Amino acid sequence: MSQELFDRFTKCAVELLSVDASKVTREARFKEDLEADSLDLVEFVMALEEEFSVEVPEKELEGITTVGQAFDLIAAKAK
Amino acid sequence: MQGAGHRVAITGYGVVAPCGIGKNAFWRGLLGPGITTAKTVEIAEWDPLPYFSNPKEARRSDRVEQFALAAAQEAFAMSGDLPYAPTRMGSIFGTGIGGLRTLEDQVITRVEKGERRVSPFLVPMMMSNAAGAAISMRYHLQGPAETICTACAAATHALGYAARLVAWGQCDAVVSGGAESAVTLTAVAGFANMTALSSSGCSKPFDATRDGFVFGEGAAVFILERWDAAVARGANIIAEVLGAGSNADAHHITAPSPGGVGAQACMRLALNDAQLRPSDIKQVNAHGTSTPLNDSAEAQAVAAVFGSPTPPMTSIKGVTGHPLGAAGALEAAAVLLSFEHRLIPPTANTSSLGDDIICDVVMGEPRAWTPGPTISNNFGFGGHNGSLILGPAN
Repeated sequence: MSQELFDRFTKCAVELLSVDASKVTREARFKEDLEADSLDLVEFVMALEEEFSVEVPEKELEGITTVGQAFDLIAAKAK
Repeated sequence: MQGAGHRVAITGYGVVAPCGIGKNAFWRGLLGPGITTAKTVEIAEWDPLPYFSNPKEARRSDRVEQFALAAAQEAFAMSGDLPYAPTRMGSIFGTGIGGLRTLEDQVITRVEKGERRVSPFLVPMMMSNAAGAAISMRYHLQGPAETICTACAAATHALGYAARLVAWGQCDAVVSGGAESAVTLTAVAGFANMTALSSSGCSKPFDATRDGFVFGEGAAVFILERWDAAVARGANIIAEVLGAGSNADAHHITAPSPGGVGAQACMRLALNDAQLRPSDIKQVNAHGTSTPLNDSAEAQAVAAVFGSPTPPMTSIKGVTGHPLGAAGALEAAAVLLSFEHRLIPPTANTSSLGDDIICDVVMGEPRAWTPGPTISNNFGFGGHNGSLILGPAN
């Protein structure tokens, strides 16, 4: 896992979800731990798409509940 | 108020305006200089964070909703805890437009970046009922939560309807008022191109040289309660809603009916509702936008209803500019402050009345008075008229 990529991911989460950076761990669950609802996540994914110049179709977000899962999805696309 | 016969008390209010945030700052602003060099007036350096639990919540609220929640916070703090069942408390709010800034920003985003970048919060932020809904959610008001959108008469209509729900016994308390924050580049251009905005950048209601309104923003929120219930809980009663009138010109989308006949009828409806005679009215808080047409029609209507001399009449728009749907809310707040301070604020910037203004307009210095029933008028594009009669608590 690239720390540089994860730092950028964390920065987006801190800004968009109003959470402390220390809470953005791979295990953190968006809903339960970061208090992000479905609209928050849509906005967050938009920010990630901008930050990493990637496109994440809605279908690929199905089943994603943790920071680690979302990060892996983005990191795989960000070349 | 007629209906079930309950008297309607105001037990708290809060104000957010360019001339001052909080009722005391707002009052000082009303006594200060008016706007003389700008076509728009906005709240400088607005910080929403004190009114939200975190920046995310603030960011997903349009500025108009932020104003409403800020004013509500002051109102509830003043009123104290309301001991009523949530289902017996409502929110009847007014706005002319809603989250226009958000809409305009997101239109630009769509054009520049494409549909996939349009915020998922666009809809809940732009919808005109968002501010009233936010108040209902934050304070857990499960009774009626409705938003009235009658342009610049919206808050006056909201206050009248809110008071009626209390008078009729349908609610024990209703949170009401209005908010607006619509000074966007597109809206300014629209108002300017219809020649409604002051070309000189000076708001001077009823003056001979008035040339249009200055586009403002702001919010005020009021807690209305059943009078007897407010007394029973030991609340400090600030004022009473004595009556309200609502009607339509059914004449023209923007121009008032000739001679202000719609406004005359509206004021008479409010007087009848309050069971007062014209001579009982001790102050007129005018709509007084500083446009040639409005001020002429309103002054004719006031003169027709009240005779000569008219009660002292003032317009706060020389200071506040015209905050569209929030106008009636800021003006109701100004009336409550004029009760408290026993002063009628002057119509700022106005020094020489137009020939068509046969009214006792308060100019120059604030005028001392013995507080009494006061009528507040607001008129909206679409021909909507609203009049509200407030009285000091006694």
